[in-house]
Amino acid sequence: MNSELTTAIASLQLQNPVMTASGTFGYGLEFADFVDLNSLGGIIVKGTTLEAREGNPYPRMAETAQGMLNCVGLQNRGVDYFCREIYPKLQGLQTNVIVNVSGNSPETYAECARRIAQLERIPAIELNISCPNVRQGGMAFGVSADGAASVVRAVRAAYPKTLIVKLSPNVTSIADIARAVEAEGADAVSLINTLMGMAIDAERRRPVLSIGTGGLSGPAVKPVALRMVWQVYEAVKIPIVGLGGIMNATDAIEFILAGAAAVEIGTANFIDPQVTAKVIDGIRDYLQRHGIGSVRELIGAAHG
Amino acid sequence: MKKYVLDLKLLGVEQLREGYGLLRLTDAKAPLPEMSAGQFVEVRVDASAQTFLRRPISINRVDREHNELWLLVHAVGPGTRRLCELAPGSVVNVVLPLGQGFTLPKAAEARGADAPFSLLVGGGVGTAPLLCLGEELVALGHKPLFLLGGRSSSDLMQLDLFRELGEVLLTTEDGTAGERGFVTQHSVWASPSMRNCRFVYTCGPKPMMMAVARLCREQGMECEASLENMMACGLGACLCCVEDTVDGHVCVCKEGPVFDTRRLKWN
Repeated sequence: MNSELTTAIASLQLQNPVMTASGTFGYGLEFADFVDLNSLGGIIVKGTTLEAREGNPYPRMAETAQGMLNCVGLQNRGVDYFCREIYPKLQGLQTNVIVNVSGNSPETYAECARRIAQLERIPAIELNISCPNVRQGGMAFGVSADGAASVVRAVRAAYPKTLIVKLSPNVTSIADIARAVEAEGADAVSLINTLMGMAIDAERRRPVLSIGTGGLSGPAVKPVALRMVWQVYEAVKIPIVGLGGIMNATDAIEFILAGAAAVEIGTANFIDPQVTAKVIDGIRDYLQRHGIGSVRELIGAAHG
Repeated sequence: MKKYVLDLKLLGVEQLREGYGLLRLTDAKAPLPEMSAGQFVEVRVDASAQTFLRRPISINRVDREHNELWLLVHAVGPGTRRLCELAPGSVVNVVLPLGQGFTLPKAAEARGADAPFSLLVGGGVGTAPLLCLGEELVALGHKPLFLLGGRSSSDLMQLDLFRELGEVLLTTEDGTAGERGFVTQHSVWASPSMRNCRFVYTCGPKPMMMAVARLCREQGMECEASLENMMACGLGACLCCVEDTVDGHVCVCKEGPVFDTRRLKWN
């Protein structure tokens, strides 16, 4: 039996549910020696802003139990650099290349999205209203329903293609935020971004990270992410992209069962640069082992 | 250079001194890939709770004859400690070769007393990549001059191997080997022969490398330094290991770990 791996995020067709999370896979090209990029369901490239950003000072990373903290702070060379220098190198890829978009006001989000909309081979953007590591914007929009709605409203008016909104877990009710962005016309939501945390160096008696706090990722956050995908699945009708600590195919299946139509793999790429290919193979094996015809049959199946 | 994920076999760990293990690895199935001095390897520990990320370790030596890769590991935390405790025969998963190594001069032409030479300045475990670099320089017909420093004579490792490649000068802070003081205080810097020094390479504690870079700037010599910022991916994807340069924040793992010190904002 040949099980079907294809899935969809609204009108965006994916050859399989496995994408890479923004900020963990560069522009994909960094991993070309390890993985056939065209075998992926999608590549979500590094967070991009209207203007170039230097990001936060070093140190930006701390290893934690089953995970890591980062406070990179959206370092990137700006959307025009992306369009001019990076996009031509990605144009030939036979997979969905999705750009993660950030800003510091609804207008800058919208303008960045408008410029990316011009790029024929970019079928979708992921709107980052949940970065915990920048003072202005980022998560500030993602932690209130009104803030989230204001950004999605502005971007929706400027961006006609598939619009995925990446949600912050650093909220009281993620379902409320998901409902607010759905109401403004988001095509899908992805969750979760990193959980805000910190590390302290006991010897130096100071925080490890340059700005004190950072975003926690890796297997440590998986139970939280899974619970939030579960809750959002019950709250909205738009598709969900699940992420947070996925290390293997079983983790990915769990997210799909909780309600995700597709998944993103992030921190695991640092441990095993070939993990994405292994997860795709593992999902195929799971479907065959259980005699399931299509991965789409599993979306939300744990809800009974 | 193409990068690989490989399962290497550990031939053994030799404790060079307390807290420092020399891991000798081999690929039982194929010749080790092309790699060069100054590049590094991301070693998987076990991805368990406290040793989740890979550990970046510089290449100490590539022994083509025996198909061996040597990694000199300083056991500073739980991950590096576990690597030093591995039993012979263990499988060690590595991603390699990573980053940009040292810039090698053109093949040597002049020989004899006035022949140009390179000065390789190392401190502590930072001497590790200089062994590999020394071998590459010798292969090109160059004469490496090593200047290695430590707090005490017991800090200095692999001296026999360095001496096989060229002259070795030493400094120790307690005076138990070589000249007393820091590497930058060694008398060689004032020696007339330094006018034939074409290039200075340095690896070690950051304050030492900064002092070496300053000295090179004063004496009008080019200097490359190998940095060891904390990393996650090792591939230029996570942007965690950045160093501040004249071109802004750049990834040490991808654009480095070796940098022309004029590019670094070390002033």
